[in-house]
Amino acid sequence: MSLLAIDNLSIALPKGADRELAVKDVSFTLDKGEVLCIVGESGSGKSMSANALMGLLPEGVTPSAGSIHFENRDLLTLSDDEMMSLRGKDISMIFQEPLSALNPLMRVGDQIAEVFEAHDLLTPTERRKRALELLHEVGLPDPDTTIRAYPFQLSGGQRQRVVIAMALALEPKILIADEPTTALDVTTQAQILDLIEDLRMRHGMAVLFITHDFGVVADIADRVIVMQHGEVVEAGEAETVLLNPTHAYTRALLDAIPGLSFRETMQPANTPILSVRDLSMTFTSRTGGFFRKPRVVKAVQDASFDLYKGETIGIVGESGSGKSTLGRCLVRLLNPEKGVVEIGGKDISKINGSALRQHRRRIQMVFQDPYSSLNPRSRIGTILTEGLIAYGTDKITAREKAQELLTLVGLDPSAMKRFPHEFSGGQRQRVGIARALALEPEVVIADEAVSALDVSIQAQVLDLLADLRDRLNLSMIFITHDLRVAAQVCDRIIVMQQGKMVEFGPSSQVLGSPQTEYTKSLLDAIPGKAHEQALAAQRELRQ
Amino acid sequence: MRAFWSRFRQNRGAVIGLIILAIVIICAIAAPFLFPRSPWSMVQRPFLPPFEMDGLPLGTDALGRDVLSGLFHGARVSLLVGLVSTVVALAIGIPIGALAGYYGGLVDDALMRFTEFFQTIPSFALAIVLLAIFQPTLAYVILAIAIVSWPPVARLVRGEVLSLRNREFVEAATLSGQSNLRIILRQVLPNALPPIIVLASLMVATAILLESSLSFLGLGDPNVMSWGYMIGAARTVLRTAWWLSFIPGIAILLTVLALNLIGEGLNDALNPRLRKRTS
Repeated sequence: MSLLAIDNLSIALPKGADRELAVKDVSFTLDKGEVLCIVGESGSGKSMSANALMGLLPEGVTPSAGSIHFENRDLLTLSDDEMMSLRGKDISMIFQEPLSALNPLMRVGDQIAEVFEAHDLLTPTERRKRALELLHEVGLPDPDTTIRAYPFQLSGGQRQRVVIAMALALEPKILIADEPTTALDVTTQAQILDLIEDLRMRHGMAVLFITHDFGVVADIADRVIVMQHGEVVEAGEAETVLLNPTHAYTRALLDAIPGLSFRETMQPANTPILSVRDLSMTFTSRTGGFFRKPRVVKAVQDASFDLYKGETIGIVGESGSGKSTLGRCLVRLLNPEKGVVEIGGKDISKINGSALRQHRRRIQMVFQDPYSSLNPRSRIGTILTEGLIAYGTDKITAREKAQELLTLVGLDPSAMKRFPHEFSGGQRQRVGIARALALEPEVVIADEAVSALDVSIQAQVLDLLADLRDRLNLSMIFITHDLRVAAQVCDRIIVMQQGKMVEFGPSSQVLGSPQTEYTKSLLDAIPGKAHEQALAAQRELRQ
Repeated sequence: MRAFWSRFRQNRGAVIGLIILAIVIICAIAAPFLFPRSPWSMVQRPFLPPFEMDGLPLGTDALGRDVLSGLFHGARVSLLVGLVSTVVALAIGIPIGALAGYYGGLVDDALMRFTEFFQTIPSFALAIVLLAIFQPTLAYVILAIAIVSWPPVARLVRGEVLSLRNREFVEAATLSGQSNLRIILRQVLPNALPPIIVLASLMVATAILLESSLSFLGLGDPNVMSWGYMIGAARTVLRTAWWLSFIPGIAILLTVLALNLIGEGLNDALNPRLRKRTS
């Protein structure tokens, strides 16, 4: 008898949604001490299944068939009160975004103690003692101080540890983790995965892990379920599914994972198209009181590099390493403190007003979030032509140009008349790329341009970028936290740590034989390494 | 647009508000046709109670003037003052708020201190002072109301612009070489519109109340019949002819209530996510 058994579960969406059932006829079991991964892209129904388990379905969404058996009780038939006592105690959950999962106005210790309070357990002093033990157990540094900290005083990884501590408070039998590491960078992700693995061993919990990243699956899963459009398309032992996928969709997802393969490095031309010298940027913020020292963050320190025509330089690093700040200084969304940014021989780091506007079109940017980078109230046609019109192109020519661009990025020219919300994330990112190209820039900066996208879409957009670069002989700066992506598209790579360039060289050299400890730790943290080795071994066997 | 209407319709109060407002607007438009005579002219003996004589269903006031005619003509004044003063207040508040939010720094400081200067003075007292200085014509009444009611608009717009200006699409517009003015007008303000519309609907209601209060005190335009004036003129006979204050009072109450209900409905329809959270 399994700990948890879901049989033929279907979940109905409200009328007018894009499909009738969010989850269709899903069955799986979960045993004690086992890690089951549910993999799928956004909209595949993977989170819905978990929410049904917790009785946390959004309004209007209801289970229409099937059963969820946990310890001989059908969870779907329980009353709200029964469900409430079950939640946290027997089944608990950790979420993707640790900041929004914590109450910003409550100290961390009180939030953990609240879990006991909600279930009427222990006395206040015991609760506090338990909270301290839990913080210790999830590996937070200096638990005695952390217990008094507010969520905003902790880093993303630390917050996720607090959320995990809360989930573990009542020693649940099942832990549901809904994309718990997606918002974290690779090194933190690796630590959190280790922690979950460690806790599972110690407490013998069953873990239901929802993710879109096959690398993560390869690292922690015992068994895997692959979901597409609300249906289970493949299920089985992790090793079998990962190495010998039978369903076409699983294969497509696995193929879309960028491997650590390097692009042929090109021979640089003689004169650089963009040359950066000693670029520095410092943020000063006054926090609390006139007499306290202002907080100074040296976001970028003395960055220098040359970008040649047709070349792609990747900038990698953890969050907070200053890679985005560097990109923003280059396009002058931020004004660099000192240093020179020369494009085609013209220093644009200090010019202002109309002189700056003259040169803006030479260096353009593709943004991270396809949802906030397009004005929700403008049609695609307007979004694409605005820049051209601002530079004096007449409307008719601009519209023709915009249509060409849409074709170029693989969209239908009829998209001109539509609004951004009518498009998917990947399509929006294509529009974002078209907008950056509209002004025929000499340099394009892509700031985490694919990190908000599903793997298969990510692969398509990366292909598009590579294709455009080769066809238009574009020079690109590619900012990313994902080393696999960087390896795939970049000729040279800059590794940044705390605002400094710690390593710079051809991709194969930087990622193939890293010189610094930091780069090595970044490479080690990439999920799914074991899987890659297994794949390589399999390939060798076949040959 | 259709989605907007279907969300608006879900709020029954808002629909009732819309119906009441439509009736008031029809009264205002029909006034010169139904009551071609001046509402100031004497038609019968004074203090004729309602429902006593055909043709004068609401009776007459202390000087023998037709109350119903006054009500209809008063609707014109109330709506005119409410709408025009709100438009003027928006015309002052939106640019100030947008500039302060977009440029930040010194510009923000200067404009916000200026706004606070107006906010620290009680608005009704300021309106009285302004009207004491100006001549009490309709145009000045409107101006005085606009001057005391723009600061909340400026603050709201500033807040919206502050949160919008760091969005990626605004940055993209900067990079594509658009001028600041164009970015404010084309990228930022259209996205700040929903809360402004909601606030504006409530401002019309407040303006109508302000105008009535000013007229009640005798600071309104003495040449136009307004609801506030009618109440003010009847206050001395409150004990003997209470209906003379009561009837225009109900008119003000219904109109202001209608506008508030509509504002609520607009809020639901324009911020659908907010509503889901509360229900």
